[in-house]
Amino acid sequence: MENTCSVEPKAFINERQGSIIASGKSRANIHCADDSLAGSVSQRACVYCGARVVLNPVTDAVHLVHGPIGCATYTWDIRGSLSSGSEMYRKSFSTDMKERDVIFGGERKLAVCIDEIVMKYHPPAIFVYSTCVAGMIGDDIVAVCKLASEKHGTEVIPVESTGFSSGNKIVGYRAAADALLRLITPKDGVDVKKTKKLNFLGEYNLGGEKWLIEGYLQEMGVGINVAFTGDSSVAALKQAPGASLNLVQCTGSMHWLAMRLEEEFGIPSMSVNFFGAENTAESLRRIARFYDDEEIIRRTEILIEREMGRILPGIRWYKEKLVGKRAAIYVGGAFKAVAIIRQLRELGMEIVLTGTQTGKPEEYENLSNLLDEGTIIIDDANPAEIEKFLIEQKVDVMAGGVKERVLATKLGVGFVDHNHDRKECLAGFDGAINFAREVYITTCTPVWGHIRSPFNMEAADGSHDE
Amino acid sequence: MEVMTSDHQVRSVNEDQCQMCMPLGGVIAFKGIEETMVLIHGSQGCSTYMRLSNVEHYHEPVDIASTALNEKQTIHGGEANLRKALDNVIRVYNPSVIGILTTCLTETMGEDLDLMISAYKHDRNLQGVDIIPVPTPSYSASHTEGFWSATRRIIEHYARATAETSGINIIIPHISPADIREIKRIIDLFGIEYTLIPDYSMTMDRPFGGNYQKIPPGGTVPADIARMPGAQATIQFGLTCPEQLSPGEFLRRKYNVPLFSLPLPIGLKNTDRFISVLSELSGRPVPEVLLLERGWLLDGMADAHKYNAEGRPLIYGEPELVYALCTLCAENGATPLVVASGTKTGNLETLLSPILPDACEKTIFLEGTDFAAIDQAVEDQRVNVAVGHSGGRFLTERRGIPVLRIGFPIHDRIGGQRIRSAGYAGTLSFLDRFTNALLEMKYGSYRQHCLEETRGKGGY
Repeated sequence: MENTCSVEPKAFINERQGSIIASGKSRANIHCADDSLAGSVSQRACVYCGARVVLNPVTDAVHLVHGPIGCATYTWDIRGSLSSGSEMYRKSFSTDMKERDVIFGGERKLAVCIDEIVMKYHPPAIFVYSTCVAGMIGDDIVAVCKLASEKHGTEVIPVESTGFSSGNKIVGYRAAADALLRLITPKDGVDVKKTKKLNFLGEYNLGGEKWLIEGYLQEMGVGINVAFTGDSSVAALKQAPGASLNLVQCTGSMHWLAMRLEEEFGIPSMSVNFFGAENTAESLRRIARFYDDEEIIRRTEILIEREMGRILPGIRWYKEKLVGKRAAIYVGGAFKAVAIIRQLRELGMEIVLTGTQTGKPEEYENLSNLLDEGTIIIDDANPAEIEKFLIEQKVDVMAGGVKERVLATKLGVGFVDHNHDRKECLAGFDGAINFAREVYITTCTPVWGHIRSPFNMEAADGSHDE
Repeated sequence: MEVMTSDHQVRSVNEDQCQMCMPLGGVIAFKGIEETMVLIHGSQGCSTYMRLSNVEHYHEPVDIASTALNEKQTIHGGEANLRKALDNVIRVYNPSVIGILTTCLTETMGEDLDLMISAYKHDRNLQGVDIIPVPTPSYSASHTEGFWSATRRIIEHYARATAETSGINIIIPHISPADIREIKRIIDLFGIEYTLIPDYSMTMDRPFGGNYQKIPPGGTVPADIARMPGAQATIQFGLTCPEQLSPGEFLRRKYNVPLFSLPLPIGLKNTDRFISVLSELSGRPVPEVLLLERGWLLDGMADAHKYNAEGRPLIYGEPELVYALCTLCAENGATPLVVASGTKTGNLETLLSPILPDACEKTIFLEGTDFAAIDQAVEDQRVNVAVGHSGGRFLTERRGIPVLRIGFPIHDRIGGQRIRSAGYAGTLSFLDRFTNALLEMKYGSYRQHCLEETRGKGGY
């Protein structure tokens, strides 16, 4: 153990060294609250993006971006969130600020745009997002929204998500949580009835995941009041104060909101995790215990036993193929990283690299404890670092987002999509099988065998038997 | 600016965008220069979005650095971040060229990049790295203008008065790497030496194999760009390029290089024009293989003409590509009924109106438009096939209209970088795709259609 210095993971840029550690080998804490370093190619996005991904799944709201065109273009239909009702959220509205607006101010144009939207669509709510330029020139979107709300008698909610205030999406999550609180806090004289139902925070209904979990809960005898924000509507969100429990899934985006909901409306919260069969079973049991109802507990056990029995043979089959393979994880937040680590381990795989865009110090400590000694942990990685470690660590498969996907495939490394945009359901028992299948088809594809072997006349002429 | 809709209503809100932002076009142009790294001067999000769009389309790792400004620098100026960013980009990527693109934020701040760069080069005593800044505030134009601006700035940066060369210059708009390769193949058949810019045919579409390199090999060589003023002529596929942004116009005015402003060689007539100019410049007859390819195209056009006549196309995207595709469809009897671009400066109506054949119906032109306006026009004109990028996908979802993917971005299908539509052979592959989209629709519905429409009307 004395000799660990030689295997300390090294950064290309000295200032990035503090953002890369080896699990258990370094007493130093990882630097993760740093702003992204200028000139390194961060995978991070912006405050506006953080706010938009949280709010976008509110299906019947209009999402209006107050800024130049690009901010809206890049976030049009940004998530794979599904809707059982309105498709309004899949449209992209922009005030399309031009030079004139930048010079003379964009407030008037914003007001006109809101008028036009109300006339054409009569939406129950309009979220108005501030961007870099809107913030820079000092447009008072709060005032414009207030006036428009009064004028039209509809919810026009400012989202203060000026992009340059940080390169970190977490700040945007907070701006979104502020906007949601503004939306759901009952107006004077409005009474929201208390129910036994629960809210599901941090569930975005990617690939229908909310519907799947809702099915489990229904079978147990528990109802979902509203999810934040997958397949939600403005009217349903306004009933949020009536829940008796908040489930919190994606902690990065929803932890703060859960605290506020407890303070404001006395709703307790519970962390859950539906990624992986074990996590799902554990989460369902905890929910059942919260209700402290024999019937709910009985039904929950029946459900878990049946579902486990249904998927375990499949998982076992995949495990045989995947055992001992080396995996890397680079995702947005620590919640997701932890969930994926557990699932990959259930498949017998070894984790050699983990990183996130926005993890917090305590989350990294947790990660470090969870991982085998020597596993590389990295905050706000750039492609050069990811490339270096994928090669050095002989990684077989990587889980991450779109930007990492092509880098992995260029290096002949398998890739599992775990991002906003995915189409597959990865939650619950069905999700556990889907996840195992995704890992399998990319890790064990025949393609890697072909592309790693150079062209060879003898092998190509067909007479060469192996 | 307002969006003009087909019923001549004007509205302020832009609903479902049909354009990308200005620096994105600049990124693609710089990716076509050898040993180049791109740095976005602005907040972190901008570069991440542009990487994402490029990655989803090209399926290549597209590294774009950012000066990652935040609140403090926005107030006090971004120079320190710019310097640190340049240090880090040089250290990690070791580029010969760094293209710096500004953003809405830094243009609003009023950053003086030229001054900052010369101070940086002086302080660091920087040798062997060219730094080329291009102003690209997205509130003034779209990615199309960003592409032309950056291409022109790169040429302005390197061009020197030189002795006459025997070669020609080829300046391309934003097209697929496969189309760039096809254009190069055709020029090679005439045995002409040329400098093509920006050449991202290898940098944005890498074959697998060899060691992975952070800056992919390929691209136009700066030393060749420097010699462009000595060329015999410039061929620029830029009918729709505004004069003040036109790289070919710059070379003509400053260095008297004769300029052939041609449409993209997509479609029979457009390809004929390109081939005849090449033949004229080289003094060589048209190579046999091209005549063969032309023959196959004509044969295909004849085979498909009746099917194509049933096409009622919408064509949308970047102006130069839209222009070429409109003429292609028109020469096959499928007159475009809606022609649209998110870019405002393409002058498409003026260019296309005189040459679209007299159809019974009038074509609607929408420039500087959005998909809400396009959708309305599609309904009004009873469009049955759309040609353009992934932005039109909802036309299939909501109206059942097939969208032939071409242009940028294509993020919901694979192979956008490999779509070849240039030259006679490329035109034929496009045309087959077009015809087959119509046939697929026909076979999918004609039995039911006939049953509903005809039965009971003929008196039996």
